[in-house]
Amino acid sequence: MNFPMTHAQNQLARAVLEGPDIHRALTRIAHEILERTRGASDVVLLGIPTRGATLAHRLAERVAQFEGVQVPVGSIDITMYRDDLRLGPARPLGKTDVPAGGIDGRTVVLVDDVLFSGRTVRAALDALGDIGRPKAVQLATLVDRGHRELPIRADYVGKNLPTAKSEKVKVLLSEIDGRDAVELLKGADR
Amino acid sequence: MKHLISAGDLSRDEALLILDTAEELARVSERSIKKLPTLRGRTVVNLFFEDSTRTRISFEAAAKRLSADVINFSAKGSSVSKGESLKDTALTLEAMGADAVVIRHGASGAPHRLANWVRGSVLNAGDGTHEHPTQALLDAFSMRQRLGRLEGLKVAIVGDILHSRVARSNVLLLSTLGAEVTLVAPPTLLPVSVERWPCQVSYDLDAVLPKADVVMMLRVQLERMNAAYFPSAREYSRRYGLDRDRFARLHDDAIVMHPGPMNRGMEISAEVADSPRSTIVEQVGNGVTVRMAALYLLIGGENQ
Repeated sequence: MNFPMTHAQNQLARAVLEGPDIHRALTRIAHEILERTRGASDVVLLGIPTRGATLAHRLAERVAQFEGVQVPVGSIDITMYRDDLRLGPARPLGKTDVPAGGIDGRTVVLVDDVLFSGRTVRAALDALGDIGRPKAVQLATLVDRGHRELPIRADYVGKNLPTAKSEKVKVLLSEIDGRDAVELLKGADR
Repeated sequence: MKHLISAGDLSRDEALLILDTAEELARVSERSIKKLPTLRGRTVVNLFFEDSTRTRISFEAAAKRLSADVINFSAKGSSVSKGESLKDTALTLEAMGADAVVIRHGASGAPHRLANWVRGSVLNAGDGTHEHPTQALLDAFSMRQRLGRLEGLKVAIVGDILHSRVARSNVLLLSTLGAEVTLVAPPTLLPVSVERWPCQVSYDLDAVLPKADVVMMLRVQLERMNAAYFPSAREYSRRYGLDRDRFARLHDDAIVMHPGPMNRGMEISAEVADSPRSTIVEQVGNGVTVRMAALYLLIGGENQ
């Protein structure tokens, strides 16, 4: 989840995770995925664009590094499944890229950068249902900031980050933003 | 973007957004469940005053793949044949709560009039000899898919330009997207205003062909012709038809397009139409995805 940021907001940003913290968190999640899925042999990693997709690729790299398993990795755009489409102008679509083997009968690990209301994950579950029928679906997120509005929880969490609802969490990744960081922005503009 | 009436209304960014959206939506057509829930509860009315096979079916398929409710209306067998005016028909649709009205009409400008009478979005599916913007979008989409770019592409549009809404929409859209368009036709089949269009004009197909990346053949619209525009069909075919010999003079990567319906043997020979470098069949499939993109971007967001 990313938000447009003005210069004034930028000055209020506080880094809660730096590059090495993100690195360690992803390493741990990759190990946890291997442990929980007993070697990740039937796992498909699907990231939610934009930054979730990048994180999914990083996790796949680590899993390959640790146990030599090439986990299929892709992305799933949820824009067309959102429940808030009518609250704003039509949004541009992200990339959906389902690995060639599909998801039928496999364990899908959804990857997102920030878990907040849970509505994105709800939409992703609907989108998955239209692509195939996975054996199980798990959720990995770099930051869980709380304030759930739906009965959804993550299986793998990089960092639990207590936040006020008015605050904003911004995840920066070097592939997209040039550096790795998680920043907490005070909701001063509200 | 509220309506899609003219390809000339689209900015470069808007046109690219439609094409990029269509590219993502094309994957939906490859899935086993070819449906998205995006337009659930929205109503799309297909209002067709002129005959059409592929455009009407294409819009219907597009709306249904986005889960919209579709009401099809054709002038034959409706109150229009009893003399109901376009405005009264529009008000009836308005009362049914149409979120989008797709209109094809024999009179140029009918969609523009309609846009003032209904609250929903109006999509022009062809008005008289004026415009057919979604055809231009799907043509641009097909070109980009085959050739990988639009910027700097040399496109020859050949045939009955005078009666062609497809040609006008294509010229406007392709010039916005940076392609270079040359219209090729006998002088009698060019509109008088053509020198003000953002394109070049030639009367000599053989001179244009070797340089073209895309050759778009247009149907000779005999049903709109109330005078003699050329001496005979044979002579037209000999000078402006795309036959095997002319096809051989195209460079190796060039593609052949036709918006359909074709008159095989008149403007295009059967051999050329069925060649692997012809995009005629994939244009139909691309029509659905491009129209899904247009419907999504027009009525997928908040109610205006």
